[in-house]
Amino acid sequence: MVVSLSHYLIVAGVLFTLGIFGIFLNRKNLIVILMSIELMLLAVNINFIAFSAFLGDLVGQIFTLLVLTVAAAEAAIGLAIVVVFYRAHRSIAVEDINELKG
Amino acid sequence: MTAIPNLTPAYAEMFLAIAGMALLMVGVFRKSDPIRGVTMLAILAFAVAAVLSISTNGAETVTFNGLFVVNAFTGFAKLLILLGAGLAMLLALPWARNEGVSRYELPVIMVFAVLGMMMMVSANNLLSLYVGLELQSLALYVLAAFNRGNLKATEAGVKYFVLGALASGLLLYGSSLVYGFSGTTSFAGLADALTGAESNAGVIVGIVFVICGFAFKVSAVPFHMWTPDVYEGAPTPVTAFFSVAPKIASLCLFLRILVGPFEDLMDQWRQVLTVICVASMLWGAVAAIAQNNIKRLMAYSSIGHVGYALIGLIAGTQEGARGMIYYMLIYLFMNVGTFAVILSMRVKDRYVESIDDLSGISKTNPAIALALTALMFSMAGIPPLAGFFGKYFVFAAAVNAGLIPLAVIGVLSSVIGAYYYLRLIKIMYFDGSVENFDRPDYSTSLVMGVCALSVVVFIFLPEPLLAGADAAAAALFQG
Repeated sequence: MVVSLSHYLIVAGVLFTLGIFGIFLNRKNLIVILMSIELMLLAVNINFIAFSAFLGDLVGQIFTLLVLTVAAAEAAIGLAIVVVFYRAHRSIAVEDINELKG
Repeated sequence: MTAIPNLTPAYAEMFLAIAGMALLMVGVFRKSDPIRGVTMLAILAFAVAAVLSISTNGAETVTFNGLFVVNAFTGFAKLLILLGAGLAMLLALPWARNEGVSRYELPVIMVFAVLGMMMMVSANNLLSLYVGLELQSLALYVLAAFNRGNLKATEAGVKYFVLGALASGLLLYGSSLVYGFSGTTSFAGLADALTGAESNAGVIVGIVFVICGFAFKVSAVPFHMWTPDVYEGAPTPVTAFFSVAPKIASLCLFLRILVGPFEDLMDQWRQVLTVICVASMLWGAVAAIAQNNIKRLMAYSSIGHVGYALIGLIAGTQEGARGMIYYMLIYLFMNVGTFAVILSMRVKDRYVESIDDLSGISKTNPAIALALTALMFSMAGIPPLAGFFGKYFVFAAAVNAGLIPLAVIGVLSSVIGAYYYLRLIKIMYFDGSVENFDRPDYSTSLVMGVCALSVVVFIFLPEPLLAGADAAAAALFQG
């Protein structure tokens, strides 16, 4: 079997969807949400790499490097905000995110 | 060895980047009261960046291998962003002192957020768009949780971070599809690739994802769920900043990519945006009625205003673009002014946020009541005030573009929306007085006065501003 572009796209699409569902259906804690966000960004990276390889164009790979860098910065800021949240609330359970309602 | 790119168009951004780092050093090494000095220097840096941005603002110039573009449109957008950020910073200084969080990082992070916004407004490639957007977003996540001991502020930070990251993910997934199915990420290349070709399903799916990502950033329904919580939880001057600068930046970029590279797919994106726009206008008007916290009310009001601004975008004409730019300018003054009023709602050294706290202040604080009255009439779109002209230009553009139903829905929802704006005025003038407000801080009153005055006298000065907005919109439709 030849692995074609659409196989890569399907894998990336599945991972991306898992990431979105991880954010919305998760009832456990904030770390899982951070992991879901990473999963989404990595799915996008698979997309870019696959397109880049199949188009024979380097821009996709450069884009991936930038996404990786930004994802690292985003994880750092996300963890910092989670730490701040934990200090104020003494918990990182999703069900404790309930101060603000509308 | 390649030649150094032409740096002239990016002077304003480069200056701001260096200024941000220099301010950080000033804050670290200054012994006493660093926030005051750093804030003043940051406002000065904004002024210098505005001058640099005006002076480089001529014919369209592309640099950094096509990643970065300046023209009259980006110049005007940057001026609006800098103005909004500068006014918000003036509000932040007294707030930080009163709340006992005088940390000089606040103005520094705002400088970096503004740098990100200026970069994204000037982006000419999906790559530079993403980097600018993320620089802005990462700085804004920190700002939302700035008051780090506060339960509500930290929660607002978490919510904004999670949903903002989700929005970035959607936008990025869309970019990857657009790249894959058109073979390029540069705006010029995309415009060429998409011209005349039969519409490619992959590209359209990608554009829909990109639109969803942007709808999150500008808080349009159905991607608005973070807005009320973040507006209520974040520190008030930060909310003032959130409601103007990032929104203006995202809307301007939205306009640039939709009428630029994606112009030939207008039939497709128009449908998506029409749904988003109508839903925003109606939900912004209806949901605000039940609110009792004035910051939440302003959140729903801003959702509605984004809906009106999007009408200009959907029209997709030069007139529509001009209407939208004009709307953002007026919205900036109305919103910052209202937040200055909210920041002067202090009773016995504590900030209050309930609408009932405004009760009867026409007797105790007539100046604040008068300013808020002007701002609310303007938000509701009562004729001689600025807000009316903003709405008039976008609705006229929609009618001329043949989108009469959209204009009708817009007028209807602004009538519904008028109810809650007028309710505030009724509470101030006809309800019994509860409590006297403390004397507002000097810079808060200054911002309040300037904004309320410019909303009132707007009718006398539209000519030069209209000319600027005209030139900006024309630059967008040259190519």
